[in-house]
Amino acid sequence: MKTASIRLPESPPSLENGEIEHVHIEPYHGRVPLNLKEFWRYRELLYFLVWRDIKVRYKQTLLGAAWAIVQPFFTMVVFSIFFGRMAQMASNGYPYPIFSYTALLPWTYFSGALSLAANSLVGSGGLITKVYFPRLIVPVSSVLSGLVDFAFAFLVLIGMMIFYGYAPTIYTILLPLFLLLALTTALGVGLWLAALNVKYRDVRYLIPFLTQFWLFATPVVYPSSLLGEPWRTFYGLNPMVGVVEGFRWALLGDKPPGLMILVSAIVSIVLLVSGVIYFRRTEDTFADLI
Amino acid sequence: MTSGRQRHISIQVENLGKLYRIGQGAQASYQTLRDQISRFAAQPLRWLRFSKDSNGIRRNEEAFHIWALRGVSFEVRQGEVVGIIGRNGAGKSTLLKILTRITVPTEGRVDLWGRIGSLLEVGTGFHKELTGRENVYLNGAILGMKKAEIDQKFDEIVAFSEVERFIDTPVKYYSSGMAMRLAFAVAAHLDPEILLVDEVLAVGDAAFQKKCLDKMEEVGRAGRTILFVSHHMPSIVRLCERAIWLQDGQIYREGPAHQLVSEYLTEALGTTPSREWPDFYSAPGDEVVRLLAIRIRNNRGEVTDTFDIREPVGIEMEYVVLEGGYTLHAGFSLHNDEGQWLFASLDTDTEWDGKPRQPGRYRSLAWIPGNFLAEGTMIVGPSIRTEDPEILHLYEPDAVAFQVTERPGLGPSSRMGFVGHFPGIIRPYLQWETRLTDPNPWNGRSSFQTGPFR
Repeated sequence: MKTASIRLPESPPSLENGEIEHVHIEPYHGRVPLNLKEFWRYRELLYFLVWRDIKVRYKQTLLGAAWAIVQPFFTMVVFSIFFGRMAQMASNGYPYPIFSYTALLPWTYFSGALSLAANSLVGSGGLITKVYFPRLIVPVSSVLSGLVDFAFAFLVLIGMMIFYGYAPTIYTILLPLFLLLALTTALGVGLWLAALNVKYRDVRYLIPFLTQFWLFATPVVYPSSLLGEPWRTFYGLNPMVGVVEGFRWALLGDKPPGLMILVSAIVSIVLLVSGVIYFRRTEDTFADLI
Repeated sequence: MTSGRQRHISIQVENLGKLYRIGQGAQASYQTLRDQISRFAAQPLRWLRFSKDSNGIRRNEEAFHIWALRGVSFEVRQGEVVGIIGRNGAGKSTLLKILTRITVPTEGRVDLWGRIGSLLEVGTGFHKELTGRENVYLNGAILGMKKAEIDQKFDEIVAFSEVERFIDTPVKYYSSGMAMRLAFAVAAHLDPEILLVDEVLAVGDAAFQKKCLDKMEEVGRAGRTILFVSHHMPSIVRLCERAIWLQDGQIYREGPAHQLVSEYLTEALGTTPSREWPDFYSAPGDEVVRLLAIRIRNNRGEVTDTFDIREPVGIEMEYVVLEGGYTLHAGFSLHNDEGQWLFASLDTDTEWDGKPRQPGRYRSLAWIPGNFLAEGTMIVGPSIRTEDPEILHLYEPDAVAFQVTERPGLGPSSRMGFVGHFPGIIRPYLQWETRLTDPNPWNGRSSFQTGPFR
């Protein structure tokens, strides 16, 4: 009799240990939770998508890594000829090629990541209409996979610095932070555009125009020192200004960005947070619209 | 509801509804910014005039929306295998898309207890440039598996897919069948507590389909909950205890799977076990002979469209001979629902063979033996012909139809308790003889006798 009383009820093991997953589905009323916890649970999928993008990119193209170098390198060559040599653009006393390349390096990453992220949702429609996962993973993975191209392009910079005889400054250790700033900006804007792109398919045509316009609004071919204070600080409202100036300061010892970097960081965070919120709010319609 | 009871429910759906926008044009699902701007410019006040209702739909646009699903409530208990049937557009896929969280419902709620796995479309996320191995990991991650879990099941997945030799070859060099097998193998090893399946059985060749069905039955027997959407009625009957019939986005009926399937086939597909043409002159046929009725009867004489695989099926034809002197043969063709012609049969009654018929009403009855047809829908096409000279007086290709199902526990059948896909367009119950001919084939070689055979 006693043994009978201690017998466990017959139920499957998953129910006993209390680890049973519970999913509740209901239409959102008003506020949409950000659900970053769930995003974290799917981190392995993020890893695999980044890994896939990189693998496919370097597998498909014969040139492989060279492709990542060609774009910024030749842009630098063209800029050096037209802006540096012919237009005699100011370059704060640095050789024009290295002056423009230090800016083109984060810029190429930024514009690439931005357009990849903006087109990512429509591009992975097959996935989105068939399986559930936090949709944020898609644009985040495109922004992250661009980092490999950045790394290859960075090798060229090292070569150029040796060639022109520049030793990196101590502030080079801050470089990852400026790169992070480029990443959050690309992701923030990318999230907005990705979500809008699902709803309005002509957003896609805006993206090349936007990046081109943004390139000339960023001190890539010219120095921001053309502006005096306080305008230079306000110039930081374009977060890529902070990124580019940060890169030049850290790598070449150019004029420190100062307060401008703070302005850029704040704008970038605002873009990212608003982008995530807008993305989450429109997320539930993606599968129906794609 | 008490928590004790709740623990045994896997899926609970309450008053679920999904509203879709239907467009005036072919591509109204998404808009363009240009349209939006020009619309705004044309009617700036429109945006202010119409407030949104609680569903977030502008009231004047209600006409362009359609409820793909509405007021759907049901519960599935842990370990149940439930089939969802209904015509295309009845809301089956929408229901599954909501349960798998691909799309969000417009109203209502769903609770799911347990790890969810879905087989909505196998091979989702497969990348042609990547190798089989890489795709297993990628696809596994997409379906929600952890890397460690894929590592652990990798060999099993590859063995199941039967593509071992090509696992390090890019998938672009695979045949579509190989890619499908690999994809299904990944999905089949997801090991979910709740499995949501949509028509996966259309994948691969017959042998692989059998493997898939076996795997699903294994999952079902392991106490997992399965929700199974299919158009293939025989597999619904075999896999599911219970079925839910959706029609126009609502639950039309629910009940035991075999019963519901037979009702569904009769009602929704318009299969009927009897047709009659009471008027001699509008009945199918010509000036010689006309068909008055065709009925499908079981061995108790009842007209029915549902037969167990072991039951004989009676095909009864009534016809009127209007003009004498022809040597007539009644007959029928039998097709299955995939359009395969199983056989044709002619009246074999020797009393009338080769004899010219006199005018009058006739009735012919043919019996298809039990344990002969396979499971599925059978379509009967009655015909009457004269043999010499050859005249086809009438042929009604799909006059009546019936359903053959196999329910467990009704006596011997050629399945012999075997579960899973049983291939073949007929299923004869053959006489077998098996005898032990030599109890000692090793001829006294003791090494065998003491080995694993003992």
